[in-house]
Amino acid sequence: MKKATIYIALGLLLLVALYFGLTHLDAKWSGVDETVIEKFAAAAGREPWTPLINTDQGDLLLFFFLIAGTIGGFVAGYHFRELFPPKPRKAE
Amino acid sequence: MIRFRQILTAVAAAWLLLSGFPPPASAMHIAEGILPASWAGLWFVVALPFVAWGLRDLRMRSERTPLFKSLVGMVGAAVFVISCMPVPVPTAGTCSHPCGTGMAAILIGPSPTVVITSIALLLQALFLAHGGLTTLGADIVSMGVAGAFVGYGVFRLATTAGVPRLAAVFMAGMLSDWATYAVTSFELASALHGNASLGSAFLAITAAFCPTQIPLGILEGFITAGAYRFINARRPELIASLTKPQGGVA
Repeated sequence: MKKATIYIALGLLLLVALYFGLTHLDAKWSGVDETVIEKFAAAAGREPWTPLINTDQGDLLLFFFLIAGTIGGFVAGYHFRELFPPKPRKAE
Repeated sequence: MIRFRQILTAVAAAWLLLSGFPPPASAMHIAEGILPASWAGLWFVVALPFVAWGLRDLRMRSERTPLFKSLVGMVGAAVFVISCMPVPVPTAGTCSHPCGTGMAAILIGPSPTVVITSIALLLQALFLAHGGLTTLGADIVSMGVAGAFVGYGVFRLATTAGVPRLAAVFMAGMLSDWATYAVTSFELASALHGNASLGSAFLAITAAFCPTQIPLGILEGFITAGAYRFINARRPELIASLTKPQGGVA
């Protein structure tokens, strides 16, 4: 009970922080590739090329990231079960 | 009293929730075409021996211990997912990703970590517009070689010096992240410093990375320590084998 209360309190705190953080912070959340690497490269006259297989078009990239995450998660989970098999349940 | 594991879980959950569903973004990966051909080629030459060493090591250890393949599979998938997950850093208002190579190097050893990192980076460059094929060598050197060997080296040195195991793992995770970005800074500075001195260009890029990477490196330290603690609780024999000089099982 005590543990559940702590988790619920942490969850609520997180939600409040998330709401105020995202609505009040004046941040663009760009990757450091854009804010550091490409900025420095542009100053040196180097612009990034279009990728060989350009998935960065519309929602296509989100699709590929989701597929990659799903496959990666499945592979990790498959091997995880081999390494950490579930504990046998106690007989009732 | 809230235990360390609960705090760790809450911190990890907070970061995951904060990340929400942001648009995919690169971070330490140097994009296609950023490096001139000569520099891109040079970093491939630097990376290749490490990849070859890692492949040989992987084959030998897999033959010796079947369990090693499962560990490599799990760690490889984790590195792939972790290294394409942009994490928002509220203190900087930007996103970047952890690398997972420090954790991987502790669990499976540094040279196999170079191999799994190379595969992850290749897939990301091909299908996720994340990094590039021409800059693959540079990305392997920064994330695979520097991240893995610094993480593993810090872990070995710290444990030899008597630092508590969990603190050593935390330091390894944190410093492997920072080493990755320091090497990325060096790769960019060496190729693109132009009329400025190499040192000043390197410092300028490193300083620009700091607001994002300092907190993210600390987060990576916690993630690494959490993974280590979990394995120690569930399969302590895997952890016991870490004291062997090559790291990881077998």
